[in-house]
Amino acid sequence: MYAQTKIQRKLITDTDAKKVPDTDVPNELKRESLSLPNVPESEVVRHYKILASMNFGVDNGPYPLGSCTMKYNPKYADRLSSLGSATEVHPYQDQSTIQGTLEMMYDMEQKLSKIAGMDAFTLQPAAGAHGEHAAILMIKAYHEKNGEERDEVILPDSAHGTNPASAAMAGYKVIEIPSAPDGSVDIDALRSAVSKRTAAFMLTNPNTLGIFDKNIKEIAKLVNDAGALMYYDGANLNAIMGITTPGDMGFDVVHFNVHKTFGAPHGGGGPGSGPVGVKKRLIPYLPSPVIEKVKDKYVLKDNGNLSIGKMRSFYGNINVILRGYAYILRMGSEGLKDATVRSVLNSNYLKELLKEDYEIPYGDLKKHEFVVSASRQKKKNGVKAMDIAKRLIDYGIHPPTIYFPMLVDESMMFEPTEDCSKEDLDRIAEVMIKISKEDPELVINAPYNTSVSRVDETKAAKDAILSTRYLRNKRQ
Amino acid sequence: MLERLGMSSADELFADVPADVRAELDIGCGMSEMDTVNKITQMLGKNITAADMPCFMGMGSYRHYVPATVDHITGMSEFYTAYTPYQAEVSQGMLQALFEYQSMVCELTGMDAANSSMYDCATALGEAAKICGSVSRKGKVFLVPEALSNERYSVLRNYLIGTGITISRYGFDKKTGSLVLDEIKAAVGKGDVCGIYAEMPNVFGCLDKNVAKIRSVIGDTLLVIGVNPLCMSIVKSPGEMRADIAIGEGQPLGSRMGLGSPLLGMFACRQEHVRRIPGRISGMTVDADGKRAFCLTLQTREQHIKRSAASSNICTNGALAAVAAVVYVSTLGADGMFNIAKKNMERAKSLMSLLSKVRGVEIAFDNTHFNEFVIRLSKDASKVNSELLKKGVMGGVPLKDHVKGMDDCMLITTTEMHSDEDHKKLADALKEVL
Repeated sequence: MYAQTKIQRKLITDTDAKKVPDTDVPNELKRESLSLPNVPESEVVRHYKILASMNFGVDNGPYPLGSCTMKYNPKYADRLSSLGSATEVHPYQDQSTIQGTLEMMYDMEQKLSKIAGMDAFTLQPAAGAHGEHAAILMIKAYHEKNGEERDEVILPDSAHGTNPASAAMAGYKVIEIPSAPDGSVDIDALRSAVSKRTAAFMLTNPNTLGIFDKNIKEIAKLVNDAGALMYYDGANLNAIMGITTPGDMGFDVVHFNVHKTFGAPHGGGGPGSGPVGVKKRLIPYLPSPVIEKVKDKYVLKDNGNLSIGKMRSFYGNINVILRGYAYILRMGSEGLKDATVRSVLNSNYLKELLKEDYEIPYGDLKKHEFVVSASRQKKKNGVKAMDIAKRLIDYGIHPPTIYFPMLVDESMMFEPTEDCSKEDLDRIAEVMIKISKEDPELVINAPYNTSVSRVDETKAAKDAILSTRYLRNKRQ
Repeated sequence: MLERLGMSSADELFADVPADVRAELDIGCGMSEMDTVNKITQMLGKNITAADMPCFMGMGSYRHYVPATVDHITGMSEFYTAYTPYQAEVSQGMLQALFEYQSMVCELTGMDAANSSMYDCATALGEAAKICGSVSRKGKVFLVPEALSNERYSVLRNYLIGTGITISRYGFDKKTGSLVLDEIKAAVGKGDVCGIYAEMPNVFGCLDKNVAKIRSVIGDTLLVIGVNPLCMSIVKSPGEMRADIAIGEGQPLGSRMGLGSPLLGMFACRQEHVRRIPGRISGMTVDADGKRAFCLTLQTREQHIKRSAASSNICTNGALAAVAAVVYVSTLGADGMFNIAKKNMERAKSLMSLLSKVRGVEIAFDNTHFNEFVIRLSKDASKVNSELLKKGVMGGVPLKDHVKGMDDCMLITTTEMHSDEDHKKLADALKEVL
């Protein structure tokens, strides 16, 4: 069994205030006192070392978190991203002094374009959702330039939550269409939703149920014929590399997640990178600057009047791009395809091992992820997806994504990735089956081996204690 | 494994992908780890870095010393290979570290609540402006300084598309670089302003006394103050200046320049606005045994619950850079944070005095500066930079692309990383170039 340390650490920020010494700051701007951590360096390291032991990362064990592609983060990429030649450069340096990084960025754009079947890429967006927002703004600028007023974005009910949020952020009305009985896009529903007001249709293929939509060409034609654009959410790219591309499927614009598909670490919630690729007709709308190769030199250029401008300061999370670039170079065409094949094989194999004991809706052939329903367990003895997830932790397995997608009752979305060994997959299945037979009381009160027991999320939201400062002021 | 699936080849796994969308990959062959590392190391070796020659650029990306503890702790794979801490019980380490980061941000900015990071200061500004627009019943004009980095202005514009909020700008005093209070007062007087943004220090590096006076001329209009967190240990906080929202660029706290990555968007506010905060937040609670615990909280604001009605679309943010920031501040401690701020001010003062003696250089603004200041040159600033480079110095950031009418100006930044010798090198090179 897995076990975490149970030592509770005092908050390092919970300290007394100190008087600020005198400085040249004008009197009316002088600060009087400040309460900041005050412990020796050895204590800082020990504190965070103990906190680290209360955390679970990809290196700790299986992490089949659906739609998050928690693959192994190669250590050579860590080494490269910490090189001084990568870290000690200022974004406004003369372009002649940053040719190395510009070459890497240019080549990365070329390679991503090929993987996506697109004509050009921007590396600027700092995460997947940020890429979606950037892409939606480009789509908006494109329609506006063509003198069209389109104010709706359509997406299926299986879409990632960021899709509707990104479209809404840019002021679009979001229209969610129900999925067909087999989990794919309901073409009739799409046909009746599409109109002159449609700016784009957002889709990930395979979708969040792990279903590859065979009708994708027909869908793309339907959308394009209405003058709208096809948007590809690349969160599920790991299922298609070397098999197909968003471009070949008929998409016009796509975002990738370098911190998913290309092995860059998630960092406990970033920094990530969400580069966006476009077909030729959208190139003028890409954020500025763009990188061009002129003879042997790489140059950063303003992208002209139609460009949407900037989505983030400077050029993007280049340190994350660098890790993804290293991964892509190391893997090559064959390696990327192999990653896809193995991730799809692992997902189907795990599904096969689970299908007797758990309900697995929407067809038998999955791609890189699949959704299990714990509805049978819930009906039988009240054990919910949440409980099973928490109990998995006791066995050293990170839970799958739960309660998403919302169209499956008590959903548990597994994405084992290519980096799960057969031994790990057998074990995940064995533990899942074991949990379904365990005493419900035991499961409902899990986990036991973690630094804390089941956390009270309702209280957290009710109290809204978000800092030691607030806590201190409240106490006084 | 295929056998268990009743398949004879892996091709059958893709039987659902139609032939007419099939495509082969063509990005070349893979490489060994050694070849990959060598190739990229060689490629990046073409860069000339701020370690190779002194560089006096800042404006949102700074070169500070990063204590070794930061690399050590952010390099622990329990932190950096984890996902966003959805599963609280197995993520207490990250959740506590993020709560401590939020606490540190609140302390520096004088606010009650903070989120666990945003992409950068520019996107934090965009989100802050959106909140002002949604809270205000007065109007939809968001006021920002004329003296603002173009990065921030351009990102803000994009974040406001589709919101109905428009941007209006207020000026600065040409002698001091300080904001003109009367312009803010007049704009607010029109009755349609939803929020005001100001920076401390401002884009010219000035510790602008007028920022502390904004509240006195705007009534209860929302005030957003953007800070360089490194000077916050010695300068009055946005909270003390009665701001509603504080944002900042957290990169100076433990992250490297990296051609502008990673950056760290800081976002904090008064408790009354907590339910409008964008992004991930770590909150304090208890576990089933009544023991203190942490979890992601107020998630009903977020995209994975609220979808199109979410307060923001942000999902992956800048968590590891936030950990770097709290480790940086913890390592320095209160005294270290006072000293580093003091030292940066002293470095700027000393370099300013040195450069003021160079013919063709004029210190543009009569004001107190943190670690940046503007020099006006007798020649075009970009051209001067090209000449300086030939002499082995990277100059400051030309202001041409950022502030109108300042083509002959550049923003010079200096930190604790610059020696007296570096300063002298810049002064000597300028003497030759001008």
